[in-house]
Amino acid sequence: MILNQEQQALLDGSKGDVMAKIVKTLVMYGDAFGAERMVPVTSKYGHTVISFGIGVMDPVYDLYDQIINAGIISDQKFTADPRPLDKNVPSTPLDDLVFKKIMYTKQDRYEEQIRKLGVTSDDDYTCACYLDQVGNVPGKGDVLSWAESSAVVYANSVLGARCNRNSGILELMGSIAGFVPEFGLLTDEGRKADWVVEVRCEKKPEAQLLGSAIGMKVMEDVPYVKGLDKWLGTELNDSAKAYLKDFGAATASNGAVGLYHIENLTPEAVEQGEALIKEGAQVYVIDDAELERVYKNYPVIWKKPDAKPQLAFIGCPHLSLQQLKDWSNKVLDGLKKNGRTKVAVPTVFTAPVPVIREFEQTMESYHLKKTGAVVSYICPLMYMNNPLCKSKAVITCSNKLRTYTSARYYTDAEILDIVTGGAK
Amino acid sequence: MKTFKGRVIVPGTASAEALVSHEGFNTLASYQMALMFGDLKAMGKDTEVHCGDQNNPEVYKKPMMGKALCLPQTIGSTTGGMVLYAACAMGKQPACMLFSKHIDSLAASGAILGDVWTDASMPVIDELGDEFLEYVQTGMTVTVKEDGVVEVE
Repeated sequence: MILNQEQQALLDGSKGDVMAKIVKTLVMYGDAFGAERMVPVTSKYGHTVISFGIGVMDPVYDLYDQIINAGIISDQKFTADPRPLDKNVPSTPLDDLVFKKIMYTKQDRYEEQIRKLGVTSDDDYTCACYLDQVGNVPGKGDVLSWAESSAVVYANSVLGARCNRNSGILELMGSIAGFVPEFGLLTDEGRKADWVVEVRCEKKPEAQLLGSAIGMKVMEDVPYVKGLDKWLGTELNDSAKAYLKDFGAATASNGAVGLYHIENLTPEAVEQGEALIKEGAQVYVIDDAELERVYKNYPVIWKKPDAKPQLAFIGCPHLSLQQLKDWSNKVLDGLKKNGRTKVAVPTVFTAPVPVIREFEQTMESYHLKKTGAVVSYICPLMYMNNPLCKSKAVITCSNKLRTYTSARYYTDAEILDIVTGGAK
Repeated sequence: MKTFKGRVIVPGTASAEALVSHEGFNTLASYQMALMFGDLKAMGKDTEVHCGDQNNPEVYKKPMMGKALCLPQTIGSTTGGMVLYAACAMGKQPACMLFSKHIDSLAASGAILGDVWTDASMPVIDELGDEFLEYVQTGMTVTVKEDGVVEVE
């Protein structure tokens, strides 16, 4: 790693020991991947995956105190992942006790810390920071220091920005230093595809299932997906972007994908086509049977596998405005069809605060509220990150939530059927 | 006994019982219940940290603290590195991490944060090769040398 004069001075302690350790961390990180230089972070905003003040994670907050006490703030402001608590989400008194007195006892401390370090706003806690209403939308070619697997894979793939799958804490260090080591997805070579995925489905594949299958197969490699434009079209409109948001989150959580290319749709695939595919790339063919095989293999870890669902989470990653409207209309139609006015299972839709504000101005919001469904800014994963949830029959159409918690996965149509009382 | 040679990411020496994951090791899913909530069994000194990743039956519910964690790479959430750092800061880390493939960015972040910002010792070696992961089995004794040599018996 060759540092420029300014970077070397920082490493040597020109701005104190804490800054020197930050740069040392970034240098070691780059060395592990053969990076030869640092490159400037060029995006307007950063994004941090850490949004929670968990009692037992003191070492993280102690480290942040070291940074703050050294008088260091981020060179760029940043958005943060969703908050873990929202009083509007159904919970028992025992849940509340566990959340507030045991788990998230450091929430206020942490939020105060990231205010000092440079969070953009108290409203900007969301994993989908790249939605227009939130406004952290990097440009094509921008170099980012982000973490949050679903946001990184979206920024790389759909927006054409350049970001490695950085970890929490380290992403903030890149924002603070203003530079990151150049390797992997920051390089042209690192953005080439190791896999060709041929989608040969007879019906539009479920985004979260397709992403899961690809993630589990290619792990951290870059897939070039053929045949999906048949279902998504060749224009990156709201509908295609929402699909790719959910698809990408599943590739990143069920595997470790940081970038995918969709033939004729995502920016680099449109520009470069099959020139993006590495020589000797492996091939993975996906048809309806393969998706069914993947779905059937998900373990169900509920204590009572045949339990009646107690809670449904829809929106991991957070929903876009159009998705919220679409879900509302589908729920209303489903309830009408099933002769009901209220949802059959307590249902929580999750979205960023600025999206919820805009949604609340719509008729869909007015009607959805009457069904008893809740719209929240919460992180469902954080909500479920406690042993009490293991005995709860929580259902979701998010493959990310399924992966990290005891939530049971169902397809969008199945979830809709359950929450509207149509399921047997 | 068989010897393998890898690349040193974090230097150090260790000798421990192997815990092997042939699949990608999901750090958040494995540690979140034990560390982020505070697995009651993990709160006491010298007690275990059990793997909570139900999608990885090979290591699910097995103790991880103080083991020689042998794996291809880590996968999953970008909180993975932070989780690994926290494990190091709490003294709940594996004895060492041994990767058959090139280390991934999240594991590297966690290992480096642990090395630079804590006093924990957790040598990390990568590029040990597919043969390493084919040979090593959970329960075997693994010894890590300063130069990246790994002995398995």
